[in-house]
Amino acid sequence: MAERSPGERILDFSEVDSGFTAEEARSEAERCIQCKKPACVSGCPVGVDIPRFVLAIAEERFDEARSTILEANLLPSVCGRVCPQETQCEGACILGKKGRAINIGALERFAADRGEGEELGTLVRAPPTGRRIAVVGSGPAGLTAAAELARSGHSVVLFESLHEPGGVLVYGIPEFRLPKSVVRREIERVLALGVELQTNTLVGRSITIEELLAYDAVFISTGAGLPSFMGIPGEETNGVYSANEYLTRVNLMGAERFPAAGTPIRRGSRVVVTGGGNVAMDAARVARRLGAKVWLVYRRREDDLPARRDEVRHAREEGIEFVTCASPVRIHGEPAVTGVECVRMEMCDLDESGRPSPRVLDGSSFLIDADTVIQAIGTSPNPLLVRLLEGVQVGRRGNLVTDENGRTSLPRVYAGGDIATGAATVILAMGAGKRAAATIDADLRDAPAH
Amino acid sequence: MYSVVKAEQLADRVHELVVKAPHVARNARAGQFLIVRVDPDGERIPLTISRVDGDFVRVIFMTIGATTYRLAELTAGDMIQDVAGPLGRPSEVPRNATCAVVGGGVGIASCPIIAKTLKAAANRVIGIIGARNVDLMILEDEMREACDELFVTTDDGSYGRHGYAADVLKEVIAEEKVDYVWIIGPAIMMKVTSEVTRAPGIRTFVSLNPIMVDGTGMCGSCRVIVNGETRFACVDGPEFDAHQVDFDRLMQRQRIYLEEEREALKHHHEHRCGCSTGAHHG
Ligand SMILES: Cc1cc2nc3c(=O)[nH]c(=O)nc-3n(C[C@H](O)[C@H](O)[C@H](O)COP(=O)(O)OP(=O)(O)OC[C@H]3O[C@@H](n4cnc5c(N)ncnc54)[C@H](O)[C@@H]3O)c2cc1C
Ligand SMILES: Cc1cc2nc3c(=O)[nH]c(=O)nc-3n(C[C@H](O)[C@H](O)[C@H](O)COP(=O)(O)OP(=O)(O)OC[C@H]3O[C@@H](n4cnc5c(N)ncnc54)[C@H](O)[C@@H]3O)c2cc1C
Ligand code: SF4
Ligand code: SF4
Ligand code: FES
Repeated sequence: MAERSPGERILDFSEVDSGFTAEEARSEAERCIQCKKPACVSGCPVGVDIPRFVLAIAEERFDEARSTILEANLLPSVCGRVCPQETQCEGACILGKKGRAINIGALERFAADRGEGEELGTLVRAPPTGRRIAVVGSGPAGLTAAAELARSGHSVVLFESLHEPGGVLVYGIPEFRLPKSVVRREIERVLALGVELQTNTLVGRSITIEELLAYDAVFISTGAGLPSFMGIPGEETNGVYSANEYLTRVNLMGAERFPAAGTPIRRGSRVVVTGGGNVAMDAARVARRLGAKVWLVYRRREDDLPARRDEVRHAREEGIEFVTCASPVRIHGEPAVTGVECVRMEMCDLDESGRPSPRVLDGSSFLIDADTVIQAIGTSPNPLLVRLLEGVQVGRRGNLVTDENGRTSLPRVYAGGDIATGAATVILAMGAGKRAAATIDADLRDAPAH
Repeated sequence: MYSVVKAEQLADRVHELVVKAPHVARNARAGQFLIVRVDPDGERIPLTISRVDGDFVRVIFMTIGATTYRLAELTAGDMIQDVAGPLGRPSEVPRNATCAVVGGGVGIASCPIIAKTLKAAANRVIGIIGARNVDLMILEDEMREACDELFVTTDDGSYGRHGYAADVLKEVIAEEKVDYVWIIGPAIMMKVTSEVTRAPGIRTFVSLNPIMVDGTGMCGSCRVIVNGETRFACVDGPEFDAHQVDFDRLMQRQRIYLEEEREALKHHHEHRCGCSTGAHHG
């Protein structure tokens, strides 16, 4: 799998690598020993039949590989690219215990990227049930639930507040990791199942709660889009962004093409990104592509970075400077950013997550001369709809509380994805969408018409 | 795609568009806004919902940058890529009170719908609308119809009373007991005018207009400081208690993209209409 050189790829927003060739895919697939009890499958939240599709690739039955994956996962071109495979399917692969795990993500991407929707015929749709279901939010959780519900014969309306469906897949994750054309193709597959999409519709405002509850069932998948700010002095200064804003301006609005595209972005020449997850890596690498020198300031040690392994490597190759065990305490400049004051952190006793908890080292402050700051320190569940749902049980972090099958405390109201778990992953959101769809289907079949 | 059914110029650089957008119109209330994106490469810009008739919503805007100039070029029958809304919280509506609705410049666009809503809730409504000069005065008839009493001012005295809306407001509250005041206009006008009601302690709302992107609470571009706390104008507002708003910060953040906006406007004039002067056209 040929990766483009860092020097070349920071000049544009095209993908870092072009994926497996057929020959590379076949030879990687041949390494799979076809375990009788495949550990890899238990590592996949949607239960893709990995040995079966890998075998199909090994035997060059590529179409069959694709339809095998699609049975369990309707967004495989997305997942092959962005799942944290090292902690999921590949992390569980038996070959990884002694040597190199099968590169399941790249194989999935390879199989899924081929073909142009002809596999739809293999997705059976049950006869219409006459039930109407509202799905709120078109990220991976909502798309998956909508598709599964449509396959069960329900009539599904998918509401999205933005002008484009996809949630974080379109506004958050950048083009060089997940091309928009790939996302669009997968979404079209979902819509082709008969899902009705209504964009520009903010549920809670465009659609009232009464109107929403008039559906036979409601699945809420509004995500965890509310950005957190650090709460340090200087945050209102011009040039301080949330990662969500920075990434949305570029990914959703095309600000890298300004002024040909209407949305501007500060083309800072010296950018500080705070955080260490996928979001921070994405923001840093976007800033790099807009021509900046970039520092990534992270509280803990390098080994603790929660981002996907590949993204950390790619970021480093692209010249992002990692400042670990450090934390910003003040943003300087008025009216626009001129620098970020940071302190060194000392790693102390283990915290509840088993990682050493950082503590400020006295007198260690230092200044990074910067003109733009991007905060990627986390997001929390979108409060708008949650607040309007009277009497619904809400968790400590503002999340909707659900049982393991996606039921909220309100009858006929289900939820899944980041709105229920807090910021997590694409595949966990999809798993939740799938489970909730099965619950909704079962509950509706048991219940008299609403 | 959403169709424009009416497009008219109301005053110098002030235009009106009526768009068919049933999903916005159906539940729209006074004080809310919508977001438009003219074409697939367009910026998302917020505009107040100025009137609702059946499936149709009206917006009124001033041409100041690339997107508003682009919007001003539309004519009836044209299509707009996206219209999202209604967004933001509706105005708080008291009952049986005396209310003053003060509009400045293009901010007058938001006033008739609020005045009408207040009137329908059995309030006495006093309107005060002010513009720089007679060529910028809009919606006087609609305001006269919606209010029990209407005062009109211009900064240069070219029409109505000579002076500022703030002066009239001062006189009105000296003369009768006013319970609630709405002030809508440019940030500096809202800042100055709301000082009038601070000492008498009259509950006063202003509609803030920071730069927005999504308008749904997920980016923080629209953050404003109210009572020392960070709030998102698109979901927590746009109306806030005037006496707690940090207007200086609002005005500072409105200027983030000054340079880029100039570049965008230049690009717009060079690429769309060929008049590279930057002057308005109408
Ligand atoms: C920058 C970034 C990079 C990431 N990288 C990875 C990665 O590499 N791998 C990975 O597995 N995960 C990654 N994640 C996390 C992953 O994207 C999320 O966990 C996942 O998208 C959650 O899916 P969801 O469907 O719950 O919500 P979302 O994807 O957030 O979608 C929610 C949707 O609901 C809409 N909405 C919200 N409120 C309303 C309303 N009231 N009415 C109508 N619509 C509404 C929103 O506009 C949005 O489109 C990343 C996240 C970010 C932000
Ligand atoms: C809730 C709300 C309601 C509004 N209602 C109206 C209205 O009814 N009529 C009207 O004329 N204007 C209204 N505005 C302001 C309007 O959105 C801006 O004039 C418009 O975005 C300018 O876009 P532009 O490309 O033409 O100009 P630009 O060149 O982009 O901007 C010129 C100036 O407008 C402001 N501005 C720029 N982008 C935005 C943005 N995305 N959001 C807000 N302000 C921005 C900035 O102060 C900037 O300096 C409202 C703003 C908000 C937040
Ligand atoms: S969906 Fe994700 S976790 Fe499951 S097999 Fe594919 S890459 Fe692995
Ligand atoms: S665990 Fe690894 S080797 Fe075994 S079936 Fe899964 S991918 Fe193949
Ligand atoms: S405009 Fe993005 S949060 Fe308000």
